[in-house]
Amino acid sequence: MIEIRNLYKVFGTKMVLNNLSLTVRRGETKVVIGRSGVGKTVLLRNIVGLVRPDSGSIKINGVEVTNLNEKEYNRLRMEIGMVFQGGALFDSMNVGENVGFVLNEFMSLDKKTVQEKVRDALALVGLKDVEDMMPSQLSGGMKKRVSLARVLCMEPHIILYDEPTTGVDPITAAAINNLIIELRNKLKVTSIVVTHDMNSAYQVADSIAMFYKGQVIADGTPDEIKNSQHPVIQQFIHGEAHGPVTEDENLVFGHVK
Amino acid sequence: MLASRISNSVKQWVSYVGQLTLLFSCTVACAFTPPFHYNRSLAQAQRIGPGSFLISALVGFFVGMIIALQMAYQMVQLSAELYIPNVIAVALTRELTPVLTALIVAGRIGAGIAAEIGSMVVTEQVDALKAFAVNPVKYLVVPRFLGLIIMLPVLTILSDVIGIWGGYVICVFKLHISYEMFWKMTFRALSMKDIITGLVKTIFFGMIIAIVGCHQGLTVKGGADGVGKATTAAVVRSFILIIVMDCFITFVFYFLLNV
Ligand SMILES: Nc1ncnc2c1ncn2[C@@H]1O[C@H](COP(=O)(O)OP(=O)(O)O)[C@@H](O)[C@H]1O
Ligand SMILES: [Mg+2]
Repeated sequence: MIEIRNLYKVFGTKMVLNNLSLTVRRGETKVVIGRSGVGKTVLLRNIVGLVRPDSGSIKINGVEVTNLNEKEYNRLRMEIGMVFQGGALFDSMNVGENVGFVLNEFMSLDKKTVQEKVRDALALVGLKDVEDMMPSQLSGGMKKRVSLARVLCMEPHIILYDEPTTGVDPITAAAINNLIIELRNKLKVTSIVVTHDMNSAYQVADSIAMFYKGQVIADGTPDEIKNSQHPVIQQFIHGEAHGPVTEDENLVFGHVK
Repeated sequence: MLASRISNSVKQWVSYVGQLTLLFSCTVACAFTPPFHYNRSLAQAQRIGPGSFLISALVGFFVGMIIALQMAYQMVQLSAELYIPNVIAVALTRELTPVLTALIVAGRIGAGIAAEIGSMVVTEQVDALKAFAVNPVKYLVVPRFLGLIIMLPVLTILSDVIGIWGGYVICVFKLHISYEMFWKMTFRALSMKDIITGLVKTIFFGMIIAIVGCHQGLTVKGGADGVGKATTAAVVRSFILIIVMDCFITFVFYFLLNV
C-alpha cells in the first residue's frame, strides 16, 4: 500500500508537485495519466527515494519513507521495482547481466539458476536468445522490455511502470498490458502505471488518477473517468487539440500559419 | 570588480574541495565496509594499466634523455659529467616520473572515468543503481579508486626504470661515461627513500584522479554537452590538484620528515 499526502516538490522556481495526494491500495493497479511534463516521473522518483520531496508524506506499507536514511531506504527498495521511462539499462553489461543484475548483486545463486531465472524473466516479456546482446543493439521497445524483465527478476511486491507501452508495437503493448494484469492477479503485485495510452489505461487499471498542475484532479475507476464531465479530463482522454488545458496555458498549437 | 571575481572563484574552489573531501570520505568508508568486490577493483586496474604503460614508458624514456642532455650542457663545462647519472636518478624517481605519469593517467583515465560515469548519470543508469538498492559510490567509485591506487605506483616504477635507461643511452653513447660507472653512480645516488617518496606521491595522485573524475561524472547536468564539459573539467582540475598536492607533499617530506 502506498499513501501519499500533501506532497510538494519544487525544482528551481517550478512547482512540479503541488499538494499532491494519492492512495494506492495493496494489490491494486493504479494508472496515472496526465500530459508530458506534469510530474508523473517525478512522483515515481519520489516514491523510490531518488529525489526527496520538499514536504509532505509518503507511506509505503505503513512506513513513513520521507525521512528514512539511505540504508533504511535500501531495505525498502528491495521490494520496489521501477521500470524507467528510457529503460536505464547498464550499457557496459549485456542483456543477460542486466536482467540478472539484482540476482548477481544480492543473492548468492549459482550461475545456472541465475541463467534460468534470466531466461524465464525474458520469456515473460516475449524475448528469447537475446542474453548476449548489448543494450546498444536493442530497439527502444526491446530496451523497455528488458528493463521490465530486470525488475521481474527481483520479484518485487510493488512495481512502478514509467510509460511501459510507449514506443512498443501494438502486439507487444497488448502483451505487456496482459503481464501487468497477471502480475496483479497471480502475484498480488501493487503497481503504479504511468501512461498516455488510454487503451492500456482502461485495460490494466483498477483505478485511474489524472494529474494536472501538480495535483490529482480526479481519481476513480476506469468507467468513472470515462464518464467524467470534467472538461480537462474530457479533453485529455479524447485527445483533443482544443480545450481547457490548451486554453489555460494560452497555447494555440498544431496549426500552420 | 576584480576583487569580487577573485573572491568568488576562491569560494568556488573551497566548496569544490569540500565536495571532493566528502566524496573521498564516502569512498574510503565504502571501501572498508563489506561485501568487498576485489575483482571489480582488479578489473579497473586492468583497464588502466596496460593501456597507459606504453605512453608513460615513452615519456619516461625521453625525459631521461632530456635531463641527461640538459645536465650535460652545464656539467661538461665543470668537467663533472660523472654526476649526471646521479641527477637523472634522483630527479626522475623523486619528482618527474611520479608527476608526469600522474598527468598522463589523469588525461587518459580521469577523463574516461568522468565521461563514463557522466553518461551513466544522464541515461539514468546511476538512478537505476540506486533504485536497485546499490550504492553508486561503492559500485562505481570504489573500484576505480582502488584500481588507480594500485596501478599508478606500478606505472611509475616502470617509468622510473625506463627513464633511467633513457639517461643511460645519452650518458654511455654520447657522453662516453662507461656503463659500469653509470650504474655505479646511479645506485650510489639512489636510496630507497627517493623511490618511496616518489611512490607515496603517486598514491595521493591516484586518489585525486579517481575522486575528481568520479565527482565530475556524478555531478553531470544535462546531456552530451554536460558530459563533454565534465570530461574537460576532470582533466583540468586533476592537473591543478596534482601539482598543488605535489608541492605540498614535497614540502612535508622535506621540512617535516627530512626526506
Ligand atoms: N531533476 C530535475 N531538475 C529540474 N527540473 C526537473 C527535474 N526533474 C523533473 N523536472 C521538471 O519537472 C517537470 C515534470 O517532469 P516529469 O515528471 O519528468 O514529467 P512527466 O509527467 O512527463 O513524466 C518537468 O517540467 C521537468 O522539467
Ligand atoms: Mg515521464
